[in-house]
Amino acid sequence: MSDSKKPRRDFIKLSAMTLGGVGAASLLIPFISSMNPGKDTLALASTEIDLSPLEEGQSLTVIWRGKPVFIKHRTKSEIESARNTSLEDLPDAEEDSARVQKDNWLVVLGVCTHLGCVPLGQKASDTKGDYGGWFCPCHGSHYDTSGRIRKGPAPTNLPVPPYIFLTDNRIKIG
Amino acid sequence: MSSNELQGYKKTLNSPYTGIKGWIDSRLPLIRMMEAEYLKFPVPKSLNYFWSFGGIAMFCLIGLILTGIFLGFHYKPSADDAFDSVERIMRDVSFGWLIRYLHANLVSFFFIATFIHIFRALYFGSYKAPRELVYIFGLTMFMLMMATAFLGYTLPWGQMSYWGATVITNLFSAIPVVGDAILTLLLGDFTVGDSAVNRFYVLHWLLAFAIVGLVVFHVITLHMTGSNNPTGTEPQSWDETVSFHPYVTIKDLNATIFFFIILAFILFYYPNILGHSDNYIKANPMVTPAHIVPEWYFLPFYAILRAIPDKLGGVIAMFSSILALGLLPWLDTSKVRSCLFRPIWRYCVLLFAVNFLVLMYVGGKPAEGLYVLISRIGTAYWFLFIFVLAPLVGFLETPRQPLTITNYLQSKKA
Repeated sequence: MSDSKKPRRDFIKLSAMTLGGVGAASLLIPFISSMNPGKDTLALASTEIDLSPLEEGQSLTVIWRGKPVFIKHRTKSEIESARNTSLEDLPDAEEDSARVQKDNWLVVLGVCTHLGCVPLGQKASDTKGDYGGWFCPCHGSHYDTSGRIRKGPAPTNLPVPPYIFLTDNRIKIG
Repeated sequence: MSSNELQGYKKTLNSPYTGIKGWIDSRLPLIRMMEAEYLKFPVPKSLNYFWSFGGIAMFCLIGLILTGIFLGFHYKPSADDAFDSVERIMRDVSFGWLIRYLHANLVSFFFIATFIHIFRALYFGSYKAPRELVYIFGLTMFMLMMATAFLGYTLPWGQMSYWGATVITNLFSAIPVVGDAILTLLLGDFTVGDSAVNRFYVLHWLLAFAIVGLVVFHVITLHMTGSNNPTGTEPQSWDETVSFHPYVTIKDLNATIFFFIILAFILFYYPNILGHSDNYIKANPMVTPAHIVPEWYFLPFYAILRAIPDKLGGVIAMFSSILALGLLPWLDTSKVRSCLFRPIWRYCVLLFAVNFLVLMYVGGKPAEGLYVLISRIGTAYWFLFIFVLAPLVGFLETPRQPLTITNYLQSKKA
């Protein structure tokens, strides 16, 4: 092969390899995407809950998207302690008013933002942690009466799922 | 190449055997390879019983694959069926209890053998040149082993399976920005569930055979350099070696039988002592057990995870604790391999082993008070050992002149 033909050969090799590479990479897309949740899983079920049986101070756990949701009928003192917390004391600063639609009802996902355990504090007999909300037994995260992280390894507050009040005593999550 | 050279080259490929053996060997040179690598293979004659644990680990791996195949005949990988199918194996399948208990306890003994095997490598300097790749392949297998064991532990779908899987897969959510998307991709759902147990089962099989593949590379690299030995000095002549068979085969067999007698004792008298009773409760996504602990062999790494009071930081520390060990061949600056001749490093390595056990202990305790403090000190020493002591001690200490294999054996006799 003469030298004058070399650049042309290089060009052919390079473009063949590039095209093959792009083709192989695009072939990955359907395979990786097949690992994501299927349409049946994605079809979000919304959950409706009747709040009337819940007395002040009581809590309820419901299932939404396969995850537990904590609904807490907060007492006056719980609301006050959530309200009176200085934002400087919060690792993930958020006003209590931004986390509730009605002061006496707190709705949060019951999944610790550290590694996904379900925190204790829903039953009267449970330990509620140092801040009167929830305590995650796995790695010791403490949440307050607004579901905000106060102490421990969890990085963020318990997330608030999307929900609406259908009536005063009925909510729909999702 | 002249035709003479070609003839000569081809001749070296000819089988040394005749008959059927020769017929096969000249087409598939496996017989002569086995003879060279396993029958006549020279190993230093000063090996002690620490050198038996590689072989023991291999027997454990074979046992796990065999029992795994038979469990697979009965196991059903779905959130609805998994727990019940395991209970059926325990109660209704002939000898199902034996096969499952063997599988579960063999894992523990595989880890025991592997921990001792790694300690051997550290203490006698087997990781140092020219055996770096042997060591790296070994650590890679160790990581795959942990992944395989984790996946396997989720399969019975008990409470510990489920919550262990939840906690460990959530480690991925610590990755900034894309963490949650990756987690959903890995699980095929928003939580650990039917989709997860199905793919965990497939990956459990896949990784087990990936380990087998790496064993081949581990052994090829080992046979290129030959075994290290307690003195850390290479054999100077044939006199300082023995052939692999029968000397090592018999010795390793002896050690393996002794090791498996201990396994049999645990297997038949305390089959659940290394497990957790909560795993006999079917998985419940609504209730987290009060005290989640991983399997005992993960505890040191779990302690490192919890020692760091930051989610991402803890995850990084845990993974890098093993990855960092892979840098040891280049961070250790000493010319001498074996701790027998390294007065300071020897105590660093022994302390590392003790520290490992301490971390294992605190990893099983609640993350509070003194336990957190101890796990932080332990984690600090882990990284200090690798990044500070390994380079520094090589400069600071004056090692003794390593003995040759012959002199070492004489000094032991004396």
